[in-house]
Amino acid sequence: MSAGINIDYISHTFKGQAEPTLKDIDLTIKPAERVALIGRSGCGKSTLLHMLAGLMLPSEGCVRIHGHTLTRPSAKYNMMFQKPSLYPWMTVRQNAELGLLFAGKKDPDKVDRLLAMVGLSDKADVSVQSLSGGQQQRVALARSLATSPEVLLLDEPFSALDAFTRSDLQDEVSRIVGSEDLTMVIVTHDIEEAVAMADRVLIMDANPGRLIGELTINLPFPRNRGAREFSDKRTELMNKFEKLVGDDASPESSGQIDDSAASFAAA
Amino acid sequence: MNVVEMADNPGKTGAAAASRISWSALRKFALSTIGYPAVGISILLAVWWLGGWVIENDEDISSFAGFAPQPTFLALMNMAASGGLWDMIGPSLYRIGMGLLWAIVAGVPIGVAIGLNASMREISHVPFQFLRMISPLAWMPVAVLAFATWDAAIVFLIAIAAVWPVMFSTAQGVRRIDPLWFKVARNLGADGLQMLRRIIMPAIGQDIFAGIRLAVGVAWIVLVPAEYLGVTSGLGYAINDARDTLEYDTLGAIVVIIGIIGFILDGVCVSLIKRFSWHQQG
Ligand SMILES: Nc1ncnc2c1ncn2[C@@H]1O[C@H](COP(=O)(O)OP(=O)(O)O)[C@@H](O)[C@H]1O
Ligand SMILES: [Mg+2]
Repeated sequence: MSAGINIDYISHTFKGQAEPTLKDIDLTIKPAERVALIGRSGCGKSTLLHMLAGLMLPSEGCVRIHGHTLTRPSAKYNMMFQKPSLYPWMTVRQNAELGLLFAGKKDPDKVDRLLAMVGLSDKADVSVQSLSGGQQQRVALARSLATSPEVLLLDEPFSALDAFTRSDLQDEVSRIVGSEDLTMVIVTHDIEEAVAMADRVLIMDANPGRLIGELTINLPFPRNRGAREFSDKRTELMNKFEKLVGDDASPESSGQIDDSAASFAAA
Repeated sequence: MNVVEMADNPGKTGAAAASRISWSALRKFALSTIGYPAVGISILLAVWWLGGWVIENDEDISSFAGFAPQPTFLALMNMAASGGLWDMIGPSLYRIGMGLLWAIVAGVPIGVAIGLNASMREISHVPFQFLRMISPLAWMPVAVLAFATWDAAIVFLIAIAAVWPVMFSTAQGVRRIDPLWFKVARNLGADGLQMLRRIIMPAIGQDIFAGIRLAVGVAWIVLVPAEYLGVTSGLGYAINDARDTLEYDTLGAIVVIIGIIGFILDGVCVSLIKRFSWHQQG
């Protein structure tokens, strides 16, 4: 079962700061919708995502899922980060089943199925420290899915990976989100990633962080990056971002280290 | 060597490389486990023997000749043969064990608390640093007044010496925990107790044992002077007793025993640190 998310005029000011980081964010995300959030580094994307996970509460407004106001984190709304942040003293399997352990449940079959789904069946009992970055992020994905979340929140989850691993994982996550019927919000500063994974892309501006535009991407999954419509959408999103956010063509800040420059070269 | 080379030239090159590798590895292993320690021990014995020789040949102090290696080892054999060894070591190990236990029981929870909570850390900083700087032996009169038995007083002295390294190492370990680990666990539904048991304790296991290792060192040093107090058992008492009866060879033997046990205790701690370390061995 997937969940719709209502974001009701959220504003947020961090303690000790004069200016709000987020201002009047109002948004409805439909069940099973896939939303990408793009914007310059520091505009408040991660802050907003933390609020959707219940890991942070807004100083004004609220987030409602199934009509209920979020007040604390829950395994139903799972967040993945740029770093896989696995627990290095656990095996792949132990990491993957941690959420079940916390819930007092045991479901080895499900964990097996998830590890197979992310292609790590043969690594189930090895230390996570022996895995590559991409494999580690796959374990984190299996761990996120083990508690059967309704919402998957992704905070630049692939930006530390090389280009090939990244597009593989984008497709893999898209496939799983489709098959598990999840609602997904992905934060990215990669235009191509947004076009590859989302039904709708939201553009965010900084100071204060607010939503200033959106673009619908009604291409079928799995998406073909080589197709004409794909590159048309990418160009369209790039132009829109440029127009709304400013002259600098890319949604990265100049200071941000990013190896995905290739994604922008085409536009 | 890459795979293509192996395929082109099966057997020979592979076997040669393998034997080369195993020989140099074996040499390295033999040196580090036998060679180097043997050299170190030999130097120690040589210096000791030299000292004994000097003492023996100096009329003013030749009555202390029992300290030389040979009389010392003879005394050690006699003590081992007479079976009195355990009566001497047992009480000392018990006091060390109890002292460390109390240090861990107090030090680990307080360490976790001040590691997690910044205000508790700030509040406790001055009192703890102040108390830490007081020599454990300066507590002796207090311990004697406060505890009904000598044994309890000694355990207290050991505990108060050992608690600081355990506490500070634990706190430091907690502070080094990746904040994302907490966030992820919270997101996966961990409650406070589960966080402690599944995330915090495994994350800081090696830090706790590193603290315990330091604590063992301090405790072992404090033990001997603490056992000069009222008790009539243990290594410290035995040293005092041997001095009073002018049995310098026995005294030397006890010093050797203290060194050996300390060495073993430290080795146990090192293996525990390794056992609870999740850093992959390179
Ligand atoms: N815990 C915090 N306390 C104070 N300021 C914060 C905190 N977290 C983030 N910020 C500030 O809020 C702004 C938005 O941060 P963030 O949501 O991480 O941006 P993004 O993910 O878009 O790069 C930044 O200016 C950042 O410095
Ligand atoms: Mg961010």
